Amino acid sequence: MENPYLPYPVRIDDIEVATEDKSLKTFTFVFVNPADEEKFAYKAGQFAELSIPGVGEIPIGIASSPVEKGFVKFTVFRTGVVTTHLHNMKKGDLMGIRGPLGNWYPWDKLENKNVVIIGGGFAFTTLRSSIVYMLDPANRKKFKNIDVVYGARSPGMLLYREELFDWEKRDDINMHITVDGTDDPDWKYHTGFVPQVVEDNAPVADEDTYAIVCGPPIMIKFTQPALTKLGYQPHQIIMSLENRMKCGIGMCGRCNIGKELVCKDGPVFTLEEINQTPKEY
Amino acid sequence: MNFITIDKKDWAPGIDKSRKTFRVYGPVEDENGCQIKPLAPDTAPKMDAPVTVMSAKSVLFPQTEKILTATLDESKQDHHVMTPVETDDMPRVVLGIRPYDAKAVQLVKLNFDNPDYQDPYWCAAYEATTFVGLGVTHPGPCDFSTAVGCGPFSEEGLDVLMADMDDKYLAKILTKKGENWVAACGFDTEADPKESQVLFDVLRKEAEKQIQTDLATDKLAGKTILDLYDAPFWDDVAFSCINCGTCTYVCPTCWCFDIQDETRHNTAVRFRNWDTCMSSLFTHHASGHNPRGTKVHRVRQRFMHKLKYFLDKYDQGIMCVGCGRCVASCPVNIDIREVCNRMNDYETTK
Ligand SMILES: Cc1cc2nc3c(=O)[nH]c(=O)nc-3n(C[C@H](O)[C@H](O)[C@H](O)COP(=O)(O)OP(=O)(O)OC[C@H]3O[C@@H](n4cnc5c(N)ncnc54)[C@H](O)[C@@H]3O)c2cc1C
Ligand code: SF4
Ligand code: SF4
Ligand code: FES
Repeated sequence: MENPYLPYPVRIDDIEVATEDKSLKTFTFVFVNPADEEKFAYKAGQFAELSIPGVGEIPIGIASSPVEKGFVKFTVFRTGVVTTHLHNMKKGDLMGIRGPLGNWYPWDKLENKNVVIIGGGFAFTTLRSSIVYMLDPANRKKFKNIDVVYGARSPGMLLYREELFDWEKRDDINMHITVDGTDDPDWKYHTGFVPQVVEDNAPVADEDTYAIVCGPPIMIKFTQPALTKLGYQPHQIIMSLENRMKCGIGMCGRCNIGKELVCKDGPVFTLEEINQTPKEY
Repeated sequence: MNFITIDKKDWAPGIDKSRKTFRVYGPVEDENGCQIKPLAPDTAPKMDAPVTVMSAKSVLFPQTEKILTATLDESKQDHHVMTPVETDDMPRVVLGIRPYDAKAVQLVKLNFDNPDYQDPYWCAAYEATTFVGLGVTHPGPCDFSTAVGCGPFSEEGLDVLMADMDDKYLAKILTKKGENWVAACGFDTEADPKESQVLFDVLRKEAEKQIQTDLATDKLAGKTILDLYDAPFWDDVAFSCINCGTCTYVCPTCWCFDIQDETRHNTAVRFRNWDTCMSSLFTHHASGHNPRGTKVHRVRQRFMHKLKYFLDKYDQGIMCVGCGRCVASCPVNIDIREVCNRMNDYETTK
């Protein structure tokens, strides 16, 4: 019998400070046993449990993309016991990864559709995974227009800055990068909150347009009316939830919203689905 | 052979004989009341004990259980690589389990042994365990098992069901596991199947008659989750609750757990421990945000899970076998029967 609690051993291959305040770091892991990489085959939108023996486990969205091989990446905000311990670890250290867990963005349904990606703060990890996946030469033709609205407090708080600016230069993706405010006179992009930038820049919805929204609760709350104004129906708004988790496999019973377990039936739900459950997220 | 009689003077020697192959659990009485525990070599189960304070769930799902370990000693080759703690496959028998506790195991199985994931620790313990039930001839005042698809002589989840006939037990063997246990004890006095079944039926009917309950669950399935969730009575239901969690720990069908790590010297151990949805920490995010931040949220979660989410998810009735332990143990007398009836009777005015 497979033991679903058993992590794959991984080695920290690289650690990058991801934001100017150093509260976020991106960890690159390689599998100690190369065969485990295949078993870990994942889709953009899934998450994994990062497992530090003797310290604990944390559910973290997979920031690398299924089209990137040889490693997996996670970007982690330092906040409590496990995340702080992880931030203090070094290149070469050994730990574990359990997964992939949960469902993913509905890639089959999104084929031949316009996709609008909306992210705020550090909830951009699985969105990065998704963008890299869609822009892959083998996949780009499967999707129509791609728009991305991504906002952070300040330029230095944007994740994956170099990639953002590379994408900005491409003509097969429309980037709408924004910051709450900046004193940088050379800032070329938007200033303002994500919901406003969405209202002003996101495409008006037809039946072939879907929005994927990830961010802090306050951003999600104010983005919904903006999308509604643009004509998005609840089934066209796709969201990823973060409830407190332990097992990640639907057994420990803590992450439910109504009868759905966010770790197993989610974390990705449409607004239409969420509207039918208690708002316990 | 599907019915046998066991003379009570052969009972203890038979159990002792079975210890060669089985670890034996049964009701014992100690300073904490009556509990299901491993029986020390010279102790017999207290078969006439009142209902145990805790259910038998801990035989398969210990209150705290090691699941993984790793060495942190960097001089060892496999340092920081977690390995499973060996599962416990030693055959064991639970004697004198109440029929509703055996049915509860079947409900919990839906969680731990599902098409997507199988919990190796619970499943190994389940495989290894034989349940020998004793029909309840005098149900207590909190027992409402008949109202929830179970009852004092229910056979579901049991390997053997016994009835107390004064100087002997009449035992109905229900499964292969049951046969093996009977053989290990050397019990082999066959009883007439027709007559025995008639006796069982009489005892069952008499026991069922003693259970007085007006609990109704028939209308729960027809209501929507959101209507019940938004019903106006939750503040009232939760008012006196102190969120102590007792109701969840004593419940044979509650399975929620926490996972925690500990380090001693150079050894890291990952444990799982019973947890309770009544605790605010259960859902508390690192950010401080808590989706079930109030006691009303948590009380509602417990009842909604048992009486609605579970029902909708599995279509196998409610997640309660009517043992009445939560009713008897709650320090402020919150009664699931009343809450269930309120939910069942609730009509939205919308
Ligand atoms: C599906 C999903 C994806 C996530 N993706 C990311 C990501 O990409 N980057 C990132 O920085 N954070 C992410 N989080 C949040 C992250 O899991 C928590 O910040 C983290 O668990 C805090 O752990 P801690 O030990 O440092 O905090 P403590 O407060 O010490 O928490 C102790 C334990 O509680 C649990 N826990 C506490 N808060 C949360 C929470 N918000 N969500 C889930 N479990 C929690 C964990 O098991 C944790 O080990 C994600 C959460 C979920 C559910
Ligand atoms: S036993 Fe009673 S007081 Fe304690 S948590 Fe349960 S309902 Fe609340
Ligand atoms: S909810 Fe109460 S009555 Fe029902 S099985 Fe659990 S402890 Fe027994
Ligand atoms: S995290 Fe355990 S059930 Fe979802």
